Amino acid sequence: MTKNGLEHAAIERRAKVDPFQGHDYYQIDDLLEEDHLLARDAVRSWVKQEVTPIIESYAERAECPTHLYKGLAEIGAYGPSLPLEYGGGGMDDIAYGIIMQELERGDSGIRSMASVQGSLVMYPIYRFGSEEQKRKYLPKLGSGEFIGCFGLTEPDHGSNPGGMTTHIIDDGDAYILNGAKMWITNSPVADIAVVWAKDEEGKIRGVIVEKDMPGFSAPEIKGKLSLRASITGELVFEDVRVPKENILPNVKGLKGPLSCLSKARYGIAWGAIGAAMDCYDSALRYAMEREQFGKPIAGFQLTQKKLAEMITEITKAQLLAWRLGTLMNTGKATPAQISMAKRNNVDMALTIAREARQIHGGMGITNEYPVMRHMMNLETVLTYEGTHDIHLLITGMDVTGLNAFK
Amino acid sequence: MKLLVCVSKTPETTTKIAFADNDTRLDTAGVQYIMNPYDEWYALVRALELKEKFGGSVTVLNVGPAENDTVIRKGLAIGADDAIRINANPKSSLFVAKQIANQAKEGGYDMVFFGKETIDYNGSEVPGMVAELLDMPFISFASHLDLDDDQVATVVRDIEGGTETATLGMPFVISAAKGLAEQRIPNMRGIMMAKRKPLQVVEPIEAADVAVAVKYELPPEKGAVKLIDPENMDELVRLLHEEAKVI
Ligand SMILES: Cc1cc2nc3c(=O)[nH]c(=O)nc-3n(C[C@H](O)[C@H](O)[C@H](O)COP(=O)(O)OP(=O)(O)OC[C@H]3O[C@@H](n4cnc5c(N)ncnc54)[C@H](O)[C@@H]3O)c2cc1C
Repeated sequence: MTKNGLEHAAIERRAKVDPFQGHDYYQIDDLLEEDHLLARDAVRSWVKQEVTPIIESYAERAECPTHLYKGLAEIGAYGPSLPLEYGGGGMDDIAYGIIMQELERGDSGIRSMASVQGSLVMYPIYRFGSEEQKRKYLPKLGSGEFIGCFGLTEPDHGSNPGGMTTHIIDDGDAYILNGAKMWITNSPVADIAVVWAKDEEGKIRGVIVEKDMPGFSAPEIKGKLSLRASITGELVFEDVRVPKENILPNVKGLKGPLSCLSKARYGIAWGAIGAAMDCYDSALRYAMEREQFGKPIAGFQLTQKKLAEMITEITKAQLLAWRLGTLMNTGKATPAQISMAKRNNVDMALTIAREARQIHGGMGITNEYPVMRHMMNLETVLTYEGTHDIHLLITGMDVTGLNAFK
Repeated sequence: MKLLVCVSKTPETTTKIAFADNDTRLDTAGVQYIMNPYDEWYALVRALELKEKFGGSVTVLNVGPAENDTVIRKGLAIGADDAIRINANPKSSLFVAKQIANQAKEGGYDMVFFGKETIDYNGSEVPGMVAELLDMPFISFASHLDLDDDQVATVVRDIEGGTETATLGMPFVISAAKGLAEQRIPNMRGIMMAKRKPLQVVEPIEAADVAVAVKYELPPEKGAVKLIDPENMDELVRLLHEEAKVI
């Protein structure tokens, strides 16, 4: 890395102070409980201490700050809503959402590290695994000793995961796994992968693949201009012998991976609020300080329109996420409701990032401010865990009863 | 070893200060609160470290209304074993000190920890008063505290331009300055465990508010900066003398 003046100054400056303050225009805090507020405060402090000072430099170099995997474990960001005995935190879904919000306030990539580990690796093992699998993997995943990844998407099957071709064949005491997965968060550094593959009857099954199993490799995908601080890779399986005890016994069919995605998408609905708040917070501060034509740019109507719309949209998104959280807590949230919140909130965050970028003028395109990084990150968030359009089709199907996917 | 850490609730550092009721009190509308950082980062954490090394228990104590429970729970989430809240709305330092001293006497603590000041009123009054009421030695502004195997404490205290080292036996009262320990961020497990730790609410003892603040005033607004030509030293001297009145 060339430590040129601008970059270095930027890092130094961010390293010293992260002036972020939360925004709660509708006193939604009154709807939260004490442990939610404590969790938010703790994760916010952690992000200010561990993430903000380094994130611009890692994002610029497209390097994953792997030391944070352990830090995320220590703070309790992996599977906080799983029971304590399996390495979780015993919290409710609102606490989980708030943790995701605060992590994504720091960076969507850091939030992704935690969402994958908690919702896409620990959760399926907890929900669909055998008692031995739970005891073997969950505490290690919760403590960050093991990093996990989730393999659903394939090179030719993204929005249509049901079309997957990765498959397992029964071979006595093991299954033989063949195929390839693409766009897998954490895969190059993962110790285990929860992989979804079709059995001989064409039913989708989950298998736990360990990194040193012969025939398994996980090359990194380079050249990402988004989520640069999160590592992404492929999963390649060439006649990998997976012992039978590694199959998740308690689920068959697409509902396995989809139920994990529901949990992760719910977290994203909160996470996006974090990114949006960081952009708004930075834009508001900048607009108050930056003067043009003899007054702060915050005093011009066009800037106020942007700021006022931002806080309005953030407030709506907060209420949506909070209500969805209460539905999740009582087991009443439907996948379609989760789709609506994921789609709305990510789109809201991306719009705010773009507007906030404009308010920062030329400074907005530098890493002196977090806005452009959030904006680039959110392009991934808009696409993964179900694209913006796919979630719209889910809502469309839910309200009309007509399937417009095919 | 029984350790008591007194914690208070203070407005968040970026709070915009305004007053209410004819400038007799802080306007609390929209104010966000935190645990006083000197209590949280230094006093509480050092107490926990000593407990971890020598065994015993750490109790956090607050004199305040029920809204303060969030701050108290944070102390429990960071690692204190139990908590006491003395249910009152204090208006003066001596009132607070009498409540704390009364509890501390009942509890028989070996060390009573405070932060060196609260970041709101910056009084630094309560710790010294408590020590006096308990008839215990008091060391203020401690930036280092260690205990040897014979339970003799070595305390380093920040003084103007240097440090002072003292040794003393327990029990004692200490107020913590920067350097005594490093901030600990509670984790999710700690937050959940804190829910189950005991928080005892006790009623205050009779004590008068003898010195009460009657008026607050904001510092005068900063005026515009005057730029003076470097060639014109006489003008600078004249302004410093006649307007700023500093020379
Ligand atoms: C950084 C990153 C990390 C990721 N991490 C993971 C991971 O950990 N695990 C994992 O399994 N996956 C992961 N993904 C994959 C992600 O979930 C997929 O990229 C996503 O589901 C979209 O699939 P696709 O890229 O193949 O796009 P496609 O499915 O090819 O979609 C391309 C476009 O076509 C549209 N489209 C598709 N079908 C329809 C239709 N029926 N009607 C209308 N429009 C349609 C889509 O909305 C989209 O706009 C990750 C992706 C990224 C970028």
